[in-house]
Amino acid sequence: MIQVSGAVKAYGDVRVVDGVDLALAPGGITSIIGPNGAGKSTLLSCVARLLDLDGGTVTVDGLDVHRTASDVLARRLSMLRQDNHLTARLTVRDLVAFGRYPWSKGRPTPDDDRLVAEALAFLELEPFAGRYLDELSGGQRQRAFVAMVLCQGTDYVLLDEPLNNLDLRHAVAMMRLLRRAADELGRTVVVVLHDVNVAAAYSDHVVAMRDGVVVHQGAPSTLMRTEVLAEIYDLELAVHHLDGRPVAVPAL
Amino acid sequence: MTLAAPRPTAIAVATATPAAHAARGGRRGLFAGVAAGVVVLSAVSLFVGVSELTPAHLVRALAAAATGTGDAETQRSAMLLLVSRVPRTVAVLLAGAGMAVAGMLMQVLVRNRFVEPSTAGTVESAVLGILVVTIVAPGVPLMGKMAVAAVFALAGTALFLRILRAVPLRSVLVVPLIGLMLGGVISAATTFVAYRTDLLQSLGSWTTGDFSGVLRGRYELLWLTLALTVVAYVAADRFTVAGMGRDVATTLGLSYRAVMNLGLVIVSLVSAVVVVTVGMVPFLGLVVPNVVSRLLGDDVRRTAPWVALLGAGLVLVCDLVGRVVRYPYEIPVGVVVGVVGSVLFLHLLLRRDARVA
Repeated sequence: MIQVSGAVKAYGDVRVVDGVDLALAPGGITSIIGPNGAGKSTLLSCVARLLDLDGGTVTVDGLDVHRTASDVLARRLSMLRQDNHLTARLTVRDLVAFGRYPWSKGRPTPDDDRLVAEALAFLELEPFAGRYLDELSGGQRQRAFVAMVLCQGTDYVLLDEPLNNLDLRHAVAMMRLLRRAADELGRTVVVVLHDVNVAAAYSDHVVAMRDGVVVHQGAPSTLMRTEVLAEIYDLELAVHHLDGRPVAVPAL
Repeated sequence: MTLAAPRPTAIAVATATPAAHAARGGRRGLFAGVAAGVVVLSAVSLFVGVSELTPAHLVRALAAAATGTGDAETQRSAMLLLVSRVPRTVAVLLAGAGMAVAGMLMQVLVRNRFVEPSTAGTVESAVLGILVVTIVAPGVPLMGKMAVAAVFALAGTALFLRILRAVPLRSVLVVPLIGLMLGGVISAATTFVAYRTDLLQSLGSWTTGDFSGVLRGRYELLWLTLALTVVAYVAADRFTVAGMGRDVATTLGLSYRAVMNLGLVIVSLVSAVVVVTVGMVPFLGLVVPNVVSRLLGDDVRRTAPWVALLGAGLVLVCDLVGRVVRYPYEIPVGVVVGVVGSVLFLHLLLRRDARVA
């Protein structure tokens, strides 16, 4: 259970996250959506203790993320940020193996090696395992980072716009993969997404933010309504049902 | 950067596990080979010098030592060996390995390929530190001077990192440029003070690496660099993780700040020790880690032994060249490394895919 209470994060006078209360139950995929500058990524970074809060608390399974020892949290919670540029030349296998660092502390056991191999297989990265990251395409590299985060073996996996820079085919593959991570591996996936249709299609729960506050949350079906979307995006969106799935389409 | 033509090492590791094992085995073999080469060169180094000393002398000296006899000639040989040649060779190896590893740590932690202690203000600060202690407390033993130099080096490096945080880094080359400018400012101040206090000549001995003055009793501090290199190897995985940036390190439960501080202390201490004992050896920390990175990637656990070995080997070769090229006179090793290193550095800068560097 991720519990956010009264979370505030400010840069100067701007409160990017302005009093968010949120309870995310374990299991499934939760998407955080909203317009640019709504505070989605900032909130996720605060949950992952990458940013300090200016007010409020975040607990994961009852542990206050800003007070608990970092290496303890690293076994429960992992996060992938949006832009992952490494200057270090590491192979895909090296990178994924470093996902085991919270457990192995650099001394990998046969168990760690097996989990690395499984993560590589799960993301179909075996053919590239020995390649350096700078020799991969953007989509392959993104998959390598996701493999690292999954390999960390945490119950909670937070991803900040993992579809960034991915074409449609890779974006769909990534969402299916997250679906499998939730369904087959039992992970709790929290993901910041831009595309409301993608969020509706693949999530169990959607949290919509605007101006640093949560304006709507619930099942995707409660989100995909013209009046709800208008409140979030300030935009008229018609919701059609295609093959039983809601699709939001902006007016021309 | 095509996928069809990965680098040789990439091919070796890319395929299935047995091939990976074979590659690792091959790398071990190569490492042993290079290490053997360095040992041979070290032995050669013992017998290169103005005073004549040949392996035959050495054998005679050893025999004499074993039997407790020996004429004046063998005693002279043993003396020369123990007081001058062995200390010099050991100093070369330790300083080379230490500076190369310090350069690698800096590149990993600053996340920039073009920084090393002499392009980040670290060495210049250490020199300023020695100058200050020489003026303020000339009687302080070498250990004390080293400590002061280390504190200055640490402060200078911290200042460098502080500036980096404040300046927008639009290009990878901005980082070393800032470091070089900072170093320039610090060494200008140092030169001014040295000029006013008639210490320009001492300044020269700190800024130009030279092993000709190494004698027993005047280089032992360098063993500290070995200890620091070992510490760096033990903490290798932490450095690699910290090199992936603060966010990745935090996600993996690592205290980024603690690792950063450990790395900077190692770099500053190594720089201070080397400057105090033999003087600055430029470009070494830049060239060796970059070459190793090209061939083996940046997993510190894997690269650190190579960086240390090749750093020691390169300085040894340069020192030998400096001793032989104008025999019986010597060219300081700092000059030889400077020439070799700057050519290699230019090559690294100008190579086609420098943007990934």
